[in-house]
Amino acid sequence: MIDFGTKVVAGVTPGRGGTKVEGVPVFDSVREAVHRRRANASIIFVPAPYAKDAAIEAIEGGLKLVVIITERIPFHDCLDLMPYARSRGCTVIGPNCPGLASPGQAKMGIMPNQLFKEGDAGVISRSGTLTYEIVNAMTEAGFGQTTCIGIGGDPIIGTSMVDALAMFQKDRKTKRIVVVGEIGGTAEEEAADFIKRRVTKPVVAYVAGRTAPPGKRMGHAGAIIQGNRGTAESKVKAFEEAGVPVAEYPVGIPKLLAAT
Amino acid sequence: MKFLEYKAKEIFARYGIPIPRGAIASTPDGIVNPPLPCMVKAQVLVGGRGKAGGIKPAESLDEARSVVGQILGMDIHGYRVKEVYLEERLDIGRELYLGLTIDRSAREPLLMASAKGGIDIEAVPRDQIYMEHIPAEVGIQPYVLRSLLKQLGLAKEVGEQFASVVTNAYYLFRKEDAELVEINPLVVTKDGRVVAGDAKLVIDDNAEYRHPEYANLDQDRTPLEQEAHDKGITFIQLDGDIGVIANGAGLTMATLDILSLKGGKGGTFLDLGGTDDPAKVKQAFELLIKANPSVILLNIFGGITKADTVALGVKQALEEMHTKIPVVARIKGVNEAQAKEMLRSIGTYPAETVEEAAELAVKVKSGGA
Repeated sequence: MIDFGTKVVAGVTPGRGGTKVEGVPVFDSVREAVHRRRANASIIFVPAPYAKDAAIEAIEGGLKLVVIITERIPFHDCLDLMPYARSRGCTVIGPNCPGLASPGQAKMGIMPNQLFKEGDAGVISRSGTLTYEIVNAMTEAGFGQTTCIGIGGDPIIGTSMVDALAMFQKDRKTKRIVVVGEIGGTAEEEAADFIKRRVTKPVVAYVAGRTAPPGKRMGHAGAIIQGNRGTAESKVKAFEEAGVPVAEYPVGIPKLLAAT
Repeated sequence: MKFLEYKAKEIFARYGIPIPRGAIASTPDGIVNPPLPCMVKAQVLVGGRGKAGGIKPAESLDEARSVVGQILGMDIHGYRVKEVYLEERLDIGRELYLGLTIDRSAREPLLMASAKGGIDIEAVPRDQIYMEHIPAEVGIQPYVLRSLLKQLGLAKEVGEQFASVVTNAYYLFRKEDAELVEINPLVVTKDGRVVAGDAKLVIDDNAEYRHPEYANLDQDRTPLEQEAHDKGITFIQLDGDIGVIANGAGLTMATLDILSLKGGKGGTFLDLGGTDDPAKVKQAFELLIKANPSVILLNIFGGITKADTVALGVKQALEEMHTKIPVVARIKGVNEAQAKEMLRSIGTYPAETVEEAAELAVKVKSGGA
């Protein structure tokens, strides 16, 4: 993150206050970090059982952007967490996500630095490593990124696909948008509907899980197909009806971008 | 975690939701104190058991024994019946529906109720299902219950019991980390009692650590899937023959999709997650080899994942298991060059991209590489 240009001003680990990691001072609490180092955003790697506590501490500490990388957080914890964040005007990204990166500016996440290149495409993804694959293909084909947001694969997330689309629509530097979806839930269908009504920038998409058998849970809490809802077919159809071309292969994204 | 009906009902009872009297049995002679006359109900983790012949009445103990004998061992949509539940026969007046789940888009719990219970809720017209979001920070408020009772047209006494069931079910939903609490039918007996006729309960797997008491419940996993679960590995057996292992759920799914586009069929979904610990990789590969695929397709796109330690795990597993199963490997990440060298030294087929790897896997399988 530091190599990417992020100003990492403090670390927080209870009991480790007073030490330093890579020259960055560590504090016992978020309050101290905010008070002493004026932190204004937080990235959370705390293990699942303690992540809710850490996130609430960060929100309560006045941070306005909180990225939760941690996977396997019980979703009932997120049911409590997200309304609290909203009530405090805090944007939460994740959980169970690779974070976000704005090439040339900063990164709050675990994506490999070398994949990115400055450019005019915004990337929204529910997945981690699949995003690396797609961003890598984009960069190789010359399509750089304004920001790449890994929104996370869990059922309850802080920033939805629609939220992220609205932000990219507003962002003047973003000229085109890439959406990486997967089976389960109805985020892609809602995104397609939002694109139809509100997004004027060109959008292209990829949907993972076309061959997943119904009823099987594929790792992500999000990746489960229930009946006819949330299937890959339904998502691809929704996108196509909204004028969003869907790539067959992840590496097909740059070709679709070239046509935008 | 899914729960069999009788297990779910035990939990319901703990939360004050009325359930019929019942007795569990796993052999015809193992029936102890059944309520008579009764309904004999197959206990399986799948819906539609009634239509499949898994629910039958019995009047006497003798009849119950014979019915239990018929139902035990039955195959219901691929699930073998190992236990039956003998339950008090209710004198049904009305059948209602009650469900609690989460609405991902609203990011809130969703309460669903209908006067049309006893049938598949998907078959009930939307306008006859009462739906209400319950903001987690406020919980169920009395006004929601009032409007619910009015919508369902429930008279005072029954209404009060129903409201109490809804409140308790919501409490259970939150306390037990449930994904789904469903009572269908929620029976109103002719003498005016509100009783849970059936019980569906699914608890968030990620919350397992908060509920160690449910750790040993039988889930619908294959023996290999169970072994993987116990080792903390995300592993699902599919009906194809190519063993797919990748890192990250999205990438693993995409790898299966690409394989299918190239004419192959995945036999496993194995998500290594963020691990690059050789011991863990080795465990994962051992599972994969036990699944006996015709080819193994490894697809790693590492960010902070160290490719060389993943390769080391692969090497150790292949050498120790003396397997002849060919491996096609596509690996990207930190120390990629060392990883590729190590994989080459043990005779795996290298590929630069996942498309290439998928094509190669299909070719190797048919003996063309």
